[in-house]
Amino acid sequence: MEKEQPFEKIKTGEGGIVVSKLDDLLNWARLSSIWPMGFGLACCAIEFMSTASSAYDLDRFGVIPRNSPRQSDVMIVSGTVTFKMAERVKRLYEQMAEPRYVISMGSCANCGGPYWEHGYHVLKGVDRVIPVDVYVPGCPPRPEALIGGFLKLQEKIRGESILKPKALEKLMNTKHAI
Amino acid sequence: MQFEEIKSLVEEKFSESIKGENLNSHPSTLIIDSAYIHGVCEFLLKCHLTYFDSLSCLTGIDNGEENGTMEVLYHLYSIPFSLHLALSVVLDRENPSVDSVSDIWRGANWHEREVYDLLGIKFKNHPDLRRILLPEDWEGYPLRKDYQEQELYHEIKVKY
Repeated sequence: MEKEQPFEKIKTGEGGIVVSKLDDLLNWARLSSIWPMGFGLACCAIEFMSTASSAYDLDRFGVIPRNSPRQSDVMIVSGTVTFKMAERVKRLYEQMAEPRYVISMGSCANCGGPYWEHGYHVLKGVDRVIPVDVYVPGCPPRPEALIGGFLKLQEKIRGESILKPKALEKLMNTKHAI
Repeated sequence: MQFEEIKSLVEEKFSESIKGENLNSHPSTLIIDSAYIHGVCEFLLKCHLTYFDSLSCLTGIDNGEENGTMEVLYHLYSIPFSLHLALSVVLDRENPSVDSVSDIWRGANWHEREVYDLLGIKFKNHPDLRRILLPEDWEGYPLRKDYQEQELYHEIKVKY
């Protein structure tokens, strides 16, 4: 009779086994460690830096800036994208491994911002060069707004499925310049 | 030393170089014949009474098609005498070109490149007259009054 005791112990449900879907597991892993590429273009980058500081602590969302596009999951386009920079931004995006995401931070990256009319040198929205997942409005957006952008991105990743890779589909159907 | 004294010094050295003056600007501006600008700048630096050893700023202006002129402005400062002076040269808008002063003040090198980049004013004897801010294959000079944006840049639409 003594032999049956350990078996009964496992049956209490404290065995440490979680049953889940692969999709949910992958999404959970991805959205819990969104590593952005540490690069900035203009004043929005200052807000991005302060978001990463201890006061706002992006680290609590698993967001740690990386120094290489190869190690990054998300690119934060933080600032004014000039035509000269547009090709570099595109190149950096192409160097990132999939799955990759883009947060367009601030009015300049969203639509050209204050340069929309007379900014001969400014790309009127970074989505003319690379596909954007989340747009964060503001000039520049406050750290809370950028955190909001990350939460939106987490929401988006949570709904993804490896059987239906929507992001990839969208990318392949979009004709991009350069 | 007052503006009038500097003016008479320049007049004494280059009798036909001064085309006018503007006392409303700060600092007051001497309008110099573009053929003399290099000599006048060199003189103002070397003269022991002025010693304008700092070129604070060098900029260009497009006065528009109706005036048919462009200007280059030189803001000078003398550190030992604390003197301020602005020089200006008026150039033909069709083919604007003026002598480089980058051999007198090395700092003029990039300033002149910027003026060339945005207004298309050519600086003769400049050691390295290339665009400085815009990409090398950019078309046109954006700060000209009649500048037209290109339709596409590297197949990206430029207009909003």
